[in-house]
Amino acid sequence: MAELTYRQAVAAALAQEMARDDRVVLLGEDVASGGVFKTTGGLRERFGADRVWDTPISEQAIAGAAMGAAMAGLRPVAEIMFADFYATCWDQVANEIAKVRYMTGGQVSLPLVLRGANGSGGLGFGSQHGQSVENWAMTVPGLKIASPAGPAEAFGLLAAAIRDDDPVVVFEHKALYGRKEAMPDTGPDGEHVLPLGQARTVRAGRDVTLVGLSITVGTCLAAADELAAEGIEAEVIDLRTLVPLDAAAVLSSVARTGRLVVAEENPGQLGWGASIAAIAAQEAFGDLAAPVTRVSGGNVPLPVAASLEAEVDVSVSRIAGAVRGVLGASRPLSSTG
Amino acid sequence: MTVDADGAVTAPGTPAGLDRPPGPRTETIQLLTPEGERVEHPDYPLELTDDEIKDLYRDLVLVRRIDTEAIALQRQGELGIWASLLGQEAAQVGSGRALGPRDMAFPTYREHGVAWCRGLDPTRLLELFRGVSHGGWDPAAHKFHLYTIVIGSQTLHATGYAMGIQRDGAVGEDGEAAIVYFGDGATSQGDVNEAFIWASVFNAPIVFFCQNNQWAISEPLERQSRIPLYKRASGFGFPGLRVDGNDVLACLAVTRKAMQAAREGQGPTLIEAFTYRMGAHTTTDDPTRYRLASELQAWKLKDPIERVKAYLVRTGAADAAFLEGVDAEADDLGGRVRQACLEMPDPQPLAIFENVYAGPNALLDAEREQYAAYLDSFTGEEAR
Repeated sequence: MAELTYRQAVAAALAQEMARDDRVVLLGEDVASGGVFKTTGGLRERFGADRVWDTPISEQAIAGAAMGAAMAGLRPVAEIMFADFYATCWDQVANEIAKVRYMTGGQVSLPLVLRGANGSGGLGFGSQHGQSVENWAMTVPGLKIASPAGPAEAFGLLAAAIRDDDPVVVFEHKALYGRKEAMPDTGPDGEHVLPLGQARTVRAGRDVTLVGLSITVGTCLAAADELAAEGIEAEVIDLRTLVPLDAAAVLSSVARTGRLVVAEENPGQLGWGASIAAIAAQEAFGDLAAPVTRVSGGNVPLPVAASLEAEVDVSVSRIAGAVRGVLGASRPLSSTG
Repeated sequence: MTVDADGAVTAPGTPAGLDRPPGPRTETIQLLTPEGERVEHPDYPLELTDDEIKDLYRDLVLVRRIDTEAIALQRQGELGIWASLLGQEAAQVGSGRALGPRDMAFPTYREHGVAWCRGLDPTRLLELFRGVSHGGWDPAAHKFHLYTIVIGSQTLHATGYAMGIQRDGAVGEDGEAAIVYFGDGATSQGDVNEAFIWASVFNAPIVFFCQNNQWAISEPLERQSRIPLYKRASGFGFPGLRVDGNDVLACLAVTRKAMQAAREGQGPTLIEAFTYRMGAHTTTDDPTRYRLASELQAWKLKDPIERVKAYLVRTGAADAAFLEGVDAEADDLGGRVRQACLEMPDPQPLAIFENVYAGPNALLDAEREQYAAYLDSFTGEEAR
């Protein structure tokens, strides 16, 4: 399959699923003209105005109407242009969409996707357009959460999200939209779909487990390269999805390395890394040679100045520094295994 | 506070500007006066047989009886809370009986009369208020969504549903439509205004049915709007009208016409059913703290059931045996509702984990297993 950028992969996944199932519709602001992040290019031309709906500027209505359309039997993909804007439609997302299956005793499914641009990554979008907000969604049972780290994942996870019978929030990373890679070989049907809830080990290593998501996967890999030069072999796990969470992948890696560093872009306070750390502390206590360490975005609103944003964001040096600290603080594990 | 026929609000100390001249005179569509006189309206001809009117009367009496029983059950500690529809029976039965089997209705938490018209067993409504389920009926089977408790949210679901109808091409001669219920207080919510915009620009097949019962808990209409609510529709670009919400015939006629227009592709209509919440907001509320007894007395004279009864008796369409028969049926229904309420089983503990997601979820499954083991640690009758 061809090389695609992350944003092209989003559009290609949408096209694949819209061609496969005519109940898939796309709605959002500026989606007909290709989207402000150019993730929906060509879809209006190919699938027509009755499947690609340009909407008024009202996120609450985008989410609420997506729910109603799903109840009517469609499989809507709703674009929330900037993930920060979930704050403007949170009632529909958290109080309605997430709870319909539960409140109806399983009689109503909402096969819908909410997707949009998340995160900072040195683009200078500031406090209200550059946040990483996966942790907001993670506070709401009933939602699934995918956060692709590269173009192939952007394609495969979005396709899986569209086919899923639960509401899935897909956080695309705006700083990765220009990233390019070859799509993997597809199955016999020529389709590319990645299952939700399966983490991927992107680099094997014996000394420490680095867990990343979305943009921090790349940051972890860069840190692993830097550490390798010092003789430290880091294993890097890309979670891909937070719900379902592949905790088993993390635990099995930690069982081998004995050390865990979690790198998350959202602020540390109640960030998703806290959940990973808590699971490791409870389930892998005997395996741990050192305290679990979290590297996260700062507990501040995101600054707009590039120099300040870089300080708040997770960086290679902060991850590498955390790993060195973890190795320095390690205890022998001979008695426990 | 008073609201005159033009909807102009007059109250001492109202903000400057409220005394500006009102717009064109407000017309309230009425087909049956409070005295039970049948009146004609050129735009809303309504041909009903005596039997059809008697059916409506029966509906009105039965839904009021359900309401009365539910209030009593709450007072006796059998329901956690109840939202009474007292006074709004005509608005709900009239609009509910205007719906076709394929039309979809999105209610608030007070639409017990609409639920009745959608064929939902009233005992199902009590599950929510007794706290044993969130409703649990199948919205698709009854074409009646679960009660929405967050004010106004359902207007967007209905709009999206209507857009789904459009996408399916189910608009036209044999079309279908959505109807969404909300109150005067909800018109101040962003969701409702966004729904108006969306329905308008997409020309969605939807009817916005606003029961203006004059009070949003303790807040009077003047705190929500400086113009009659139905006039807001013109600003959004679709028709709005006001109907006597205590007149079941008028509510039926205007809803039928608006639904038909929606089904045929003529887009949305806002219906303001001008009515009155005769009871409390819910059983936790005491309206005597904030409204005058004289206001309640004035609305009692406009009772939605008495006027139909007066019409049936005066025209000879119904005799005493019919009326007694309906009352007896109502008592039977009340008894059945009570019995079903008392017999409702508490949900099984492991139901906590059901239907969070469509399929398995490792963390949730582990929690469930842990909890099941805990339950299994009890013996005998304590076990699950």
